[in-house]
Amino acid sequence: MIRVALKGLLGRKLRAALTAIAIVLGVAMVSGTYVLTDTIKAAFSTVFSTVYKHSDAVITGKSAIGTDNGGGGNTQPPSLSGSLLTEVQHLPGVALASAGISDSARLIGHNGKVIGRGGAPGLAFSYTPSGQRFNPLTLIRGSWPAGPGDIAIDEATASRSSFPLGQTIGVVARGPEQRFRITGIVKFANVSSLGGATMAVFTLPTAQQLFHKNGQYDTIDVAAAHGVSPRRLVSEIRPLLPASAQVKTGQQQAQQATKDTSGFLTIFQDFLLAFGGVALFVGSFVIANTLSITIAQRTRELATMRTLGATGRQVLRSVLLEAFVIGSLASVVGLFLGLALAKGLNQLFVSFGIDLPQSGTVFATRTIVVSLIVGILITLAAALRPALRATRVPPIAAVREGAVLPPSRLARLGSYPAGVTIALAIALMLVGLFVGGLSTGSRLLAIGLGTLALFLGVAMLAPTLVPPLARVLGLPAAKLGGAAGSLARGNAARNPARTASTASALMIGLTMVTLVGVLAAGLRTRFQDSVNQLFVANYAVTATDNFSPIGIAAEQALRRVPGVEVVSGVRAGRGRAFGSNMNVTAVDPGVTRVMALKWQSGNPSTPAQLDGSGALVSKDWASANHLHVGSPLSLQTPSGTVLHLTVRGVFDPPKGGSQLGDLSISTTRFDTAYPNPQNLYTFVNIQGGATPANTGLLNMALSGFPDAKLQTKTQFTHNQLQGLTLLLNLLYVLLSLSIVVSLFGIVNTLVLTVFERTRELGMLRAVGMTRRQIRRLIRHESVITALLGATLGIPLGVVLALMVGVALKYPVFTVPVGTLVVFVLAAVIAGLVAAILPARRAGRLNVLEALQYE
Amino acid sequence: MHDQLQPTGSNSNVVHARGLTRRYGEGATAVDALRGISIDVRSGQLVAVMGPSGSGKSTLMHILAGLDKPTSGTVEIAGTEITELRDSKLTLLRREHIGFVFQFFNLLPMLDAEENILLPLSIAGERPDDGWLEELLRKTGLTDRRSHRPAELSGGEQQRVAIARSLITHPTILLADEPTGNLDSKTGSEILELLRDSADAYHQTIVMVTHDARVASIADRILVLADGMIVKELIGSSASEVLEVMSTLG
Ligand SMILES: Nc1ncnc2c1ncn2[C@@H]1O[C@H](COP(=O)(O)OP(=O)(O)O)[C@@H](O)[C@H]1O
Ligand SMILES: [Mg+2]
Repeated sequence: MIRVALKGLLGRKLRAALTAIAIVLGVAMVSGTYVLTDTIKAAFSTVFSTVYKHSDAVITGKSAIGTDNGGGGNTQPPSLSGSLLTEVQHLPGVALASAGISDSARLIGHNGKVIGRGGAPGLAFSYTPSGQRFNPLTLIRGSWPAGPGDIAIDEATASRSSFPLGQTIGVVARGPEQRFRITGIVKFANVSSLGGATMAVFTLPTAQQLFHKNGQYDTIDVAAAHGVSPRRLVSEIRPLLPASAQVKTGQQQAQQATKDTSGFLTIFQDFLLAFGGVALFVGSFVIANTLSITIAQRTRELATMRTLGATGRQVLRSVLLEAFVIGSLASVVGLFLGLALAKGLNQLFVSFGIDLPQSGTVFATRTIVVSLIVGILITLAAALRPALRATRVPPIAAVREGAVLPPSRLARLGSYPAGVTIALAIALMLVGLFVGGLSTGSRLLAIGLGTLALFLGVAMLAPTLVPPLARVLGLPAAKLGGAAGSLARGNAARNPARTASTASALMIGLTMVTLVGVLAAGLRTRFQDSVNQLFVANYAVTATDNFSPIGIAAEQALRRVPGVEVVSGVRAGRGRAFGSNMNVTAVDPGVTRVMALKWQSGNPSTPAQLDGSGALVSKDWASANHLHVGSPLSLQTPSGTVLHLTVRGVFDPPKGGSQLGDLSISTTRFDTAYPNPQNLYTFVNIQGGATPANTGLLNMALSGFPDAKLQTKTQFTHNQLQGLTLLLNLLYVLLSLSIVVSLFGIVNTLVLTVFERTRELGMLRAVGMTRRQIRRLIRHESVITALLGATLGIPLGVVLALMVGVALKYPVFTVPVGTLVVFVLAAVIAGLVAAILPARRAGRLNVLEALQYE
Repeated sequence: MHDQLQPTGSNSNVVHARGLTRRYGEGATAVDALRGISIDVRSGQLVAVMGPSGSGKSTLMHILAGLDKPTSGTVEIAGTEITELRDSKLTLLRREHIGFVFQFFNLLPMLDAEENILLPLSIAGERPDDGWLEELLRKTGLTDRRSHRPAELSGGEQQRVAIARSLITHPTILLADEPTGNLDSKTGSEILELLRDSADAYHQTIVMVTHDARVASIADRILVLADGMIVKELIGSSASEVLEVMSTLG
């Protein structure tokens, strides 16, 4: 019996392969995600364990508000005082202690631009000969920096940006660009790529000066004396430390650092897995549909088996066995395809500016197990319904032509189950979106399940919608395609369940794409509106990557430009107030001349009155914390200072985002409370406004600051939206995977249909249809199916976007008509592409054989 | 799985059917395919069912095989009343007692001749009896063609595979619906010979539908159906007598 099932499968190789592809792609995405993220994790872990390999204990600064991965602003922990090193060195358990600087600095390429893509960091370290035993870097060529003008850079940067030994290179740290001579090329041991990160190594005094840390350190590496365990060493050091410092064993430190990055990587992993999930979900539709068609075509065969004594259960088992074999093969193929896809995904992210470190490819057991289990289970789940259908094939079908299967119990209920499923879906989504007091996890779960149920419900309803829709959507085909077109229109509605299921798979991908597109359009308009409302400056200056904070020296340089009226920097940092960490900004009195703030309490002169203790808060944050003008509040900074502030003004930021955080203080206060203050934005007003001449003047003033970028309002809006645009494109690319899966679904259905209608197609040829007309017939049918998918998916996506918008209290509703039209056209093209193979097969049919076909 | 089927009837005949009617559809368009048929078949008999097209022959065979249910009436196969059996019991009964030969052979295209013949055993999870397989292959003249797929076999050969397949389980009764209907007359005669041979050699009970008057020479009894009723029973008639009866029925 098992052999019979397997032989049957072998006899339908093409069909089996087409079915498998639906699962292969989804599994490849799952396995590829694991391989990629594991590889990145391993790289980070190698980096950190290398860094702390020879340190028995590591002393670092400790942020008073804890480590957090919060948004903009300088999140560097406080530095260590110089005297600490001497104290540590005198401890009996210490054999050697060496202090160093670790900060970030940008290297400047030959083109005068910052080296490094996207958000990759520019790492900067200090080098001391006495600390060599702790040094994680290996010198490849040249020598370690020895004098104030020396630098060593990493090998990848040296070769990629062609900086040979002996040449000078520009560095931007706190102040304007400074030039250093390259004395050494270094690399990180055991890591093939640090991603887009660059490395700069200076002598300790140079680094201290460069980063404004004179007499201070960021780390102290300690080696224990003979016979002293790292634990004992740590407990010996601990009493010496101020509150703003901490000590850990080298191993703990490496683990902690790995853990800090793995949090982010886990989010990244889940994000990618979600797309694998969508692809698999779509794949399950394709499989279910393909199997039902195959089973319908094998009715006679299955019935014969029943007359020969096969039980319904045996039929069920043989179909499930077939699915199991297909699922297993597909999962294995997908698993290994994932290895290649991991590389592809990494390339994709690099091209989107996300360049993460790599080491040797990690192919974990978990990857294998999860990929296989998920692939096989999804295939089996998708096969269940067709398999149950197969058990309803009555033995009499062996002798009766065109025997129809009795309808399933569910089908006899008509469209009620679909209605119930949709209602349930909407209920689930409403719960997820609006019911208060739920955790984010359960909210997402409710929304996710709701969306799944919605797709299922609409797919269940689709067979009823197909005949009328196909008539409408087939109109152009019937008008333009002649006989082939009209036949195609009829064929599309001939087996509504089949067409519906094929179209539903495409619907899912299109819904997601539309959802993303509509939300993005909403965010974009909202952001543009808010810039239009807020931005009254002539120019803005940000980092070249649009989002990193930059040193305030650039702001000072701009002030010296003749004709400049206002230069107002917006500082950014992290702080802790009312028990949670938040972004803190700082403004100067000039801010009201460059930003049109909407005041709830206060007025344009309020920023000038902030002084040392005034605070400016946003309306929502104020009401959430019951604040009004005169309310006291305290803010803790990472270095441990507690600022006692009084609310002086409340402003109402535009919905689309504001350049000011929920809490702003004065720049003067900020600059004393935060070491190394940095600006997120700097706004400039200049006599004559934004003119080419002024642009030239200001750019000249910024020539020493290659990490700063001058932009007009339009450019600013565009640049600030670049992140969103990138994300949007990334989502489109990732979602296209599930669309590709659904295209295979269309190919499957058409191939099987052609096979099933062999006799009919032969007849059409016999009565004079040309090959070309036959091909056109298939193409039209394919396009009609694709359009059905679009007709279901696009409105669904718009509705979902509306719901999400409302839930986020962000009821932006910009329907990007142009984008949606593009989606419809894309669906048509997809339909044409999917029809290529089936149409060719149909065209190749030999008339005589087709008519004899049994 | 293999709970033994207990005979529920009392009749010693292999087939014992009473008052079979079968109505297709409802209301004005209803068709009465069978209008009260009773038959008994004794062990080892070869019974031929004849009659004009549409007289209900196939319907009768399907009901006897448990593939279809009568509108009224009862059928006992090997002493078991089958019209009220659940699907699972019926399947077991089919495995154990019934062999069916189809007009269109109904072989599985991906299996070779031998695998097709052994299929009922592999479905039942039973070990094939090699001696019996060789005997059937020899009797059906398929020994050399055992590893050919149906597509590589002639119509006659395919039908011989189907007959061997129905005999492999030693069924209590072999039912054949126009086994020669899709074959030329020479091949048809060979198939009729084969069936007669099986009845003689293995004491196999057979009920077969045919249009071929030459069946007269091999059948023990001929039942003639018209309009869903048995209108005549011929025993030991010649082919010409059979032809005459048939012509009066049109
Ligand atoms: N599935 C069916 N539905 C409706 N009528 C049927 C069906 N099968 C057979 N019939 C009708 O029942 C009568 C007997 O058919 P059948 O048993 O196939 O006759 P035979 O095999 O003798 O040619 C015919 O009138 C036929 O049209
Ligand atoms: Mg018939």
